[in-house]
Amino acid sequence: MSFETELSKGKFSIPECLTCKKIIWPPSEFCDNCNGETSLKKGEFEGKIIEFSRQDKNYFCMVEFFDSIRLIAKMTTNPKKDQIVKISKCGITNGNYFFEII
Amino acid sequence: MQKVGIIAHGIIPFTKEDHKIESILHKSTNDLFQKNTNIDKKEIDAVLVSTNNNSKYLSPVLSEMLGIQPKIAHSIESLCNSGTNSIVSAYSYISSGLADMVLVSGAERYDSPGQILEWDNSRGEFKHPIFWASIFSKSYKRKFGISDEQLALVSVKNHKQAKENPNAISKKTYTVKDVINSKKLTDDLRLLDCSRPCTGSASVLLASEEMAKKYTDMPIWITGIGQKTTSAGFTKNTSLSSMESTKIAGQSALKMSNHTVSDIDVAEVHDAFSVCEPMALESIGFTNPGKGMSMVKELHDTNNFKINPRGGLIGTGHPLGATGISQTIEIVQQIQKTAGNRQTDNANVGLVHNMSAASTSSTVLVLER
Repeated sequence: MSFETELSKGKFSIPECLTCKKIIWPPSEFCDNCNGETSLKKGEFEGKIIEFSRQDKNYFCMVEFFDSIRLIAKMTTNPKKDQIVKISKCGITNGNYFFEII
Repeated sequence: MQKVGIIAHGIIPFTKEDHKIESILHKSTNDLFQKNTNIDKKEIDAVLVSTNNNSKYLSPVLSEMLGIQPKIAHSIESLCNSGTNSIVSAYSYISSGLADMVLVSGAERYDSPGQILEWDNSRGEFKHPIFWASIFSKSYKRKFGISDEQLALVSVKNHKQAKENPNAISKKTYTVKDVINSKKLTDDLRLLDCSRPCTGSASVLLASEEMAKKYTDMPIWITGIGQKTTSAGFTKNTSLSSMESTKIAGQSALKMSNHTVSDIDVAEVHDAFSVCEPMALESIGFTNPGKGMSMVKELHDTNNFKINPRGGLIGTGHPLGATGISQTIEIVQQIQKTAGNRQTDNANVGLVHNMSAASTSSTVLVLER
């Protein structure tokens, strides 16, 4: 089960090394630390807004999970720096990942 | 290591026009050879083409168009700092003894595929560079209490300086109000805060000391090189208000050249967006963190062209593969005192800063007579 397969089903998961437990981001089959294989941690993860800006009505926010994963996600309400958020929607459209947070 | 110098250069005006990549490569190299008729093209050992264009086998194509058969011919792609990376490769070929004379030619079209790093899915649906630039701008403004109006001065200064550059895409000057009133792309970025993708080409000829002295009385030596890659993905940047790769590359280049930043008389820095100029100035060490805009304001108020004399990327345009080479040509001209109305006083040691993909990699060169 790959990260992208899960993401295409609208599920956000976290790739973690089976050997050294390092979280690997961007997602990869192999660990960039010990070259071990990775598996996916599933669940509802909380992230923190590091920075944000806005285009038209939508905000785009850099969000950090577990001090190691950072991604840019859409938010429709007014964000605050350091706000704790969850991924409400995600997937792949035309080959591009998308993430939405609340 | 052998000394390596820049002995000739050629460039064409940057434009929004639609030209074939092969044609513009040929034009800038032709400009180089027309201005330096004493150079025997047959002595060129290597031809390196800097571009993000999808056309294939461009170095052998350019070599054939020039009527030469070099030992080494290949392309180099590294998004926006392809140009200086190609110069570093040329330097390496010469300093190692594999080549005595290397032609480096950079070119890009206005519709370059290098403008967006498709691989970087951590940016989600926000892959266009305006989104990382907005995050950088917001973070820089927040951390140092800088306003949009203050940042707009980078664009005002660099458009003013570009007006003295016949090869620049911009022919206009703008006020802070013009920048603020230009199209709002995001809450933190206006159209005039951005460099423009365009069509352009620039070429330089590098040579060993012996070969350089055969062809010119005024070679400009590359005395410092620094390069650093911290990641490929924007979200891996540890700081959103400084450029880590630039900091490291700048320190390496200055150390290699046995100079400190206070010895630098003139510099081209990679102002892909307004906020990049103060961030680069601070990261290289020209000024302290948060003081980049004070430096920009002082330079602008005193009409001092020390930083980005050709107008930077914002004023000159940003044909990715040609940008680093065009920046290098400007510093060569400044040191040779041939920069015309853009000439800065006492330009003896110059610096080029060229970076890629939200400063995930940087190249810094130090040049001197």
